[in-house]
Amino acid sequence: MIARLIADIPPRGLALFGALLVALIAAPIFAGDYLLTVLIVILYFAYVGQAWNIMMGFVGQLSLGHALYVGLGSYIAAALFVRFGVGPWWGLVVAVPLAAAVGACIGFLAFRFRVAGVYFAILTIAFAEFARVGFDHLQWTGGSGGLFLPVTQYSYNDVWRLRGHPVMFYYILLAATALAFVLCRALLQSRVGYFWRAIREDEEAARSAGIDTFHYKMLAVVISAAMTSFAGVIYAFYYNNLFPEQVFHILRSIEIILGPIVGGVGTLFGPILGAFLLTGLAETLTAALAALGIDLPGAKQVFYGICLLLVVTALPEGVWPWLSRRIGLTERKT
Amino acid sequence: MPVDIYLNVAVGGILTGLVYGLMALGLSVIFGVVRVVNFAHGEMMTMAMYIAVTLFGAFHLDPLTMMVPIAAVMFAFGYLLQVRLINPFVTRPEYMQFLLLVAVAIIIINSLLIIYGPDARNVQTSYSYDSFQIGPLIVDATKLYAGIAAVVVAALLFGFFRYTRQGTAIRACADNYTGALVVGLDVKHLYALTFGVGAACVGAAGTMLLLIFDVTPSAGPAYTLLAFVIVITGGLGSMVGALIGGVLIGFTEAMAGLLFSPSAKSMFAFAILVLVLLFRPQGIMGKRTA
Amino acid sequence: MSAILSVDNVSKRFRGLVAVDRLSFEIEEGSIFAVIGPNGAGKTTLFNMIAGVFAPDSGTITFAGERVDGLSSDQICRRGVGRTFQIVRPFPGLSVEDNVIVGALLHERRVPEARARAHEVLRQLDLYDKRLQRASALTLPDRKRLEVARALATAPKLLLLDEVMAGLRPTETDRMVAILKQLNRESGLTILLIEHVMRAVMALAGRVLVMHHGAAIAQGAPAEVVRDRAVIDSYLGAEAISA
Repeated sequence: MIARLIADIPPRGLALFGALLVALIAAPIFAGDYLLTVLIVILYFAYVGQAWNIMMGFVGQLSLGHALYVGLGSYIAAALFVRFGVGPWWGLVVAVPLAAAVGACIGFLAFRFRVAGVYFAILTIAFAEFARVGFDHLQWTGGSGGLFLPVTQYSYNDVWRLRGHPVMFYYILLAATALAFVLCRALLQSRVGYFWRAIREDEEAARSAGIDTFHYKMLAVVISAAMTSFAGVIYAFYYNNLFPEQVFHILRSIEIILGPIVGGVGTLFGPILGAFLLTGLAETLTAALAALGIDLPGAKQVFYGICLLLVVTALPEGVWPWLSRRIGLTERKT
Repeated sequence: MPVDIYLNVAVGGILTGLVYGLMALGLSVIFGVVRVVNFAHGEMMTMAMYIAVTLFGAFHLDPLTMMVPIAAVMFAFGYLLQVRLINPFVTRPEYMQFLLLVAVAIIIINSLLIIYGPDARNVQTSYSYDSFQIGPLIVDATKLYAGIAAVVVAALLFGFFRYTRQGTAIRACADNYTGALVVGLDVKHLYALTFGVGAACVGAAGTMLLLIFDVTPSAGPAYTLLAFVIVITGGLGSMVGALIGGVLIGFTEAMAGLLFSPSAKSMFAFAILVLVLLFRPQGIMGKRTA
Repeated sequence: MSAILSVDNVSKRFRGLVAVDRLSFEIEEGSIFAVIGPNGAGKTTLFNMIAGVFAPDSGTITFAGERVDGLSSDQICRRGVGRTFQIVRPFPGLSVEDNVIVGALLHERRVPEARARAHEVLRQLDLYDKRLQRASALTLPDRKRLEVARALATAPKLLLLDEVMAGLRPTETDRMVAILKQLNRESGLTILLIEHVMRAVMALAGRVLVMHHGAAIAQGAPAEVVRDRAVIDSYLGAEAISA
């Protein structure tokens, strides 16, 4: 099976990926605390970007409400922990199927009623907004005042309860990102992946080739939602505080899509590259401004906006296809 | 609760709804003609609101009197935006347009944040706390003026599209792009004109809305969504629909705020959106199937 | 020989317009059947009803003994009907090979087997050498053959071809005709085609149905049909008989 996964990747590509992986595994040894937090954010977006990419890049369904699934994962796991002392990994067992079910509902409503394209995007926004306002009123999870996780200690890493040093979260997110990458590759190469791409290219023609497009679109939505909610769980236990206004906000959803779009929608490595580029450059910008004594909240986001603008106008396929052609790897866009 | 209160709130909601309708009208015009999904619509409105705030702060000029100049500024902004940035995207896939305008929105929101800071700003005019008594009704002066202004501007817009040469040319473009080209209409210019008109609309609506609500840099997305809800509910491509949708949403918001809780207002707007998308996607006054 | 497709008293109207008017015909298994007629005669509407794009207002459509009117297009494809589109619709971003693999995956569950089957079909359609090219980069005749290949890969019992010769030069038309004849001969594939190119109709069809204003005005062997007075008046014109 591994043979099939790495089939037709040029050896140079494998070597590069291998090197990157090794570098990332070793990074915490050399990185300071600040850099470690930056890397955690990068990996978070690399992971979540891949999950989103399944819906948009592989099947062509634009979701602008993915913060909904992050938020659901966060709140369910956090609430179970705070109210019943249930550990995050058990919380996952509850949160992931629930998020998947919500995704299935949205998918069902949209696909049965032929809501597509921009209307579908607006629908996803509406549901996320609904959750934002809804959780603002949900006292069981703290309402608009927020939900706070008790922080007991940082001294040792309790993986079971996700209490501990950031380095623990780093390796969890690294593993998640790597696994997501492998999963996406396997999916794309499989029968499901072919059907997904056919649907993305031309749904009507895909149906005429016998593909049950409803079924496969639902599958993509459910997988994407489930994967995204895992990130939500990590988010909750890393930051230890949740506010509906922040967690479900549309700007969160937009942050999620920036990485894949800049990196390359539909490609495997695009979301990862995009996360590195955007967050890396943004942090450099903030650091440079700080060095000059300027503290501009919002400067980072203006930078994101400009990046998005540039990519959409000049490099609509994203940076990765262009880059991979340059370094001779040409991962053919799926 | 006595009936008066319901009536007052309802009327207030309808008046506010007229302004919402004007805002949505701008979006409807843009989408109906240029067929671009203007995700930066709310942000253009917040821009206008902030300009009004600045002018009020510096020169104590009432937003309503500033409406025309601000609309003019927004017109220029919209025109340039379309010509310089958006035009090549008219023929590209919808999600690309969406993303382009998302980028514009992000830049606007955060630029406003940098310039004005995160705190809410508002405008206190001499009549901010006045109200009129019309029979059993008590109507806020701000809402009344805003509502009237909205109707006036909307009427002007209808007139423009119905009776002027440019307006008719724009409607021709919307109906049949290739036909318009063949007949020799300068479509690129007309598209830019339309975008400018839409932006002017939203700018005017912004000055009116400033009388009623505060403004923050991140208020944009909520208004953009509201505009979309209204346009979709009222019917894409229908100008009357946008106004009807606006009034409906304004009314629902106000009543929901009264009956449930003020912050639950938007939930109802979204519930309406979901229902419309599922069961009557062409909206109330729905014309073509998009 | 039994009838593989049976259209019985089928009608369809769009608002005020009657597109198909109580049409009935049968297609024998293993035959090639052509539907001709002027534009607006209702041919593509008929096609779309058979292919499951929409349902007839009245009447029934029976395929391989099972009623299929009202089923969706993917359900009908799974029962053994493949189709092409009047305006070609291959999957533009996918390679030629991947296009056909998508079709082959309907019955071959695993990708390596589907790829093998796809290569077979590509060879039959003379597209094997171009298999790694992007579909959007192909010429029109190649894209038409690609659509046929994709449909064939789904292992259909009945192939619906919608004006597949349109836009092809005479040599390309002959090539397509030869391929279709071979497919019909070797695998017993039943073919239903809408066609304006009479050259192809005469060369391929065993039976012809002529439609006008949604109704059948003639049915039978090609040679008879083209001499039918009504057909000449409404569609062919006197010169066509010599073609």
